Amino acid sequence: MSVTVANDPPVTAPEVRFAQATQLQLTWWRFRRHKLALASLVLVVLFYLVAIFADFLAANDPHATDARRSFIPPQGIHLFDEGGFNPHVYGLKGVRDMRTFKLSYTPDASRKLPVRLFVRGYDYDLLGFIPTSIHLFGIDDAGPGEGVFLFGTDQLGRDLYSRMMVATRVSLSIGLAGVTLSLFLGVLLGGISGLYGGWVDTLIQRLIELLRSVPTIPLWMGLAAALPNTWSVTQVYFAITLIISLIGWTDLARVVRGRFLALREEDFVIAAELAGASQGRIIFRHMLPSFASHVIAATTLALPAMIISETSLSFLGLGLRPPAVSWGILLQDAQNIQVLSGAPWLLLAAVPVTVVILAFNFLGDGLRDAADPYG
Amino acid sequence: MLIYILRRLGFAFITCIFISVLTFAIIRLPPGDFVDAYIANLAASGSSISIDQAEAMRRAYGLDQSIFVQYWSWMVRVLQGDFGVSMMWRRPVTEVIGDRLWLTMVVSLAALFLTWIIALPIGIYSAVRQYSIGDYIFTMLGFIGLAIPNFLLALILMYFGFRYLGLNVGGLFSAEYVQAPWSLGRAWDLAKHLPLPAAVLAIAGTAQLIRIMRANLLDELRKPYVVTARAKGLTERRAILKYPVRAALNPFASSVAYLFPYLVSGSIIVSLVLGLPTVGPLLLQALVAQDMFLAGAIVMMLGVMTVVGTLISDLLLMWIDPRIRLEGR
Repeated sequence: MSVTVANDPPVTAPEVRFAQATQLQLTWWRFRRHKLALASLVLVVLFYLVAIFADFLAANDPHATDARRSFIPPQGIHLFDEGGFNPHVYGLKGVRDMRTFKLSYTPDASRKLPVRLFVRGYDYDLLGFIPTSIHLFGIDDAGPGEGVFLFGTDQLGRDLYSRMMVATRVSLSIGLAGVTLSLFLGVLLGGISGLYGGWVDTLIQRLIELLRSVPTIPLWMGLAAALPNTWSVTQVYFAITLIISLIGWTDLARVVRGRFLALREEDFVIAAELAGASQGRIIFRHMLPSFASHVIAATTLALPAMIISETSLSFLGLGLRPPAVSWGILLQDAQNIQVLSGAPWLLLAAVPVTVVILAFNFLGDGLRDAADPYG
Repeated sequence: MLIYILRRLGFAFITCIFISVLTFAIIRLPPGDFVDAYIANLAASGSSISIDQAEAMRRAYGLDQSIFVQYWSWMVRVLQGDFGVSMMWRRPVTEVIGDRLWLTMVVSLAALFLTWIIALPIGIYSAVRQYSIGDYIFTMLGFIGLAIPNFLLALILMYFGFRYLGLNVGGLFSAEYVQAPWSLGRAWDLAKHLPLPAAVLAIAGTAQLIRIMRANLLDELRKPYVVTARAKGLTERRAILKYPVRAALNPFASSVAYLFPYLVSGSIIVSLVLGLPTVGPLLLQALVAQDMFLAGAIVMMLGVMTVVGTLISDLLLMWIDPRIRLEGR
């Protein structure tokens, strides 16, 4: 039942909607206004989908080496053939250079290999537990050395496109794992720092300053190089995650501490205190909801740094070790100018790195603006 | 003010100790000790030493003592300028490093100055002409600069330099000066080679600094004193450059404290790609060969030099900005 006083402006439907919206809805509405951030969100989701279905998207076994198909340039898929729709790639034929007697493989336009969807290829476990061998696309009954090489091959004849798909999984997950660990450390130490203040705060703040004043790459390199050679790929993976997050937590700790300090003085927190709420209740029921969005934004902005760290370390050969495949490891192949001048397509692995980092930056910016829906 | 300086000095000192502990940990982290590595090294070259000799060596290097004693004696030797012997090169570490350390600093400092020189005018422009086409272009470029890791940028530049200009853009010296002793000609040659690596290093920092400068200046421009200045008939140029820009410069200068470690850090990896004769490639070689005395010395020197650089920038900042001088925290 509503009584409208004649002098009041009539309450319009959008205003009611705004007044009744939860904080999450407000945040979402505000976030939606950032078109670039929204596009980035879609892009990031796509990248994670690639990470999840990497093996399904891969056309060839990313680990299979074949000396006969070393350094094949990217192959285009020809969509039409003799007037009809018949996607195909050309087969390869060996040509011997009569001057150097070097055998090189070039596309052979006379042999057409049809590209089909949902073909059988190498075996893998979909989502980690469904054994299958169906891939999105490929060549039916591929003979030895035959396949679709969208982005060309590396020196050992491994398909760059398929390797990039699989590398996405490793690079993105290591970023996520590293940021989770950083988040834990940052929230814990930043929270303690902001909540208790005094000498604990001073100590933690000095520690943060200390970590920030040391050049990180030499430090990482030293720590990463100290990992024993005998460790398995998984052990190295977790060790690298640990190493990069040991430095990365400082920014998050600063954000959390800042929010704690700001909120401690807020009226609703003091009210809760006076009402006799326990400290745990004040933190988790009253304070956490109002700074969770800030923390999410800071986490999103911390992710690109993690990805760059892993890529840099692996690029130097101190990070993940083959047979693990990550963007850094792929770029390692493109390290010297001799290889690069002969096979420039190896630089393609730089594209996903740049795109993902850009997307995370825009997304984080959008989230940061949306984090304060009443602002 | 004196208290402030003392505090900064004290903090720098603690940071150096922290770095030394980390460095020592890095040296000691690989399994086995220096003598084990030495023996393995000898075995690889066909000779060997007896167990007694090995024990004697351990005693001579104090490896039979507790870790704290070892750290202390290592620190004492480091303070005397003795970083040990590089196993890979069979020469004292300081000799192996040579002037590579200074070149690292030269490259990092050049990048720092370039960052300032580029970021200052662009930051002012972007703030004064907010939402203009130029502002959008610079913001976009800034984001891209942030997103491309600098070693990737170096790779791409090197590829294009090679492919389309037919020149090798790597290195810090022309062929005739690589081994030459220092001379005016060599210094000039260095200056000619410096812009490219400095620019590669500076890009990400510049992008950040432009954003900071733009945000700060925007805040300042909205303040009443700017309106007053305009109302009093100051020219637009004067009304902006004389007061708001100066006030906005403060965080700009303080950003050196984190920018410098970042640049030193970046120079390591960029040096590897561009083949610069800095400590970067040496550090990687040392780490791969587990030549821990050399690696430790480099990490330690880089860390300490960064701390000193940051300290100097802090003191300069104090000299520039009275607000910090008076804060005296």
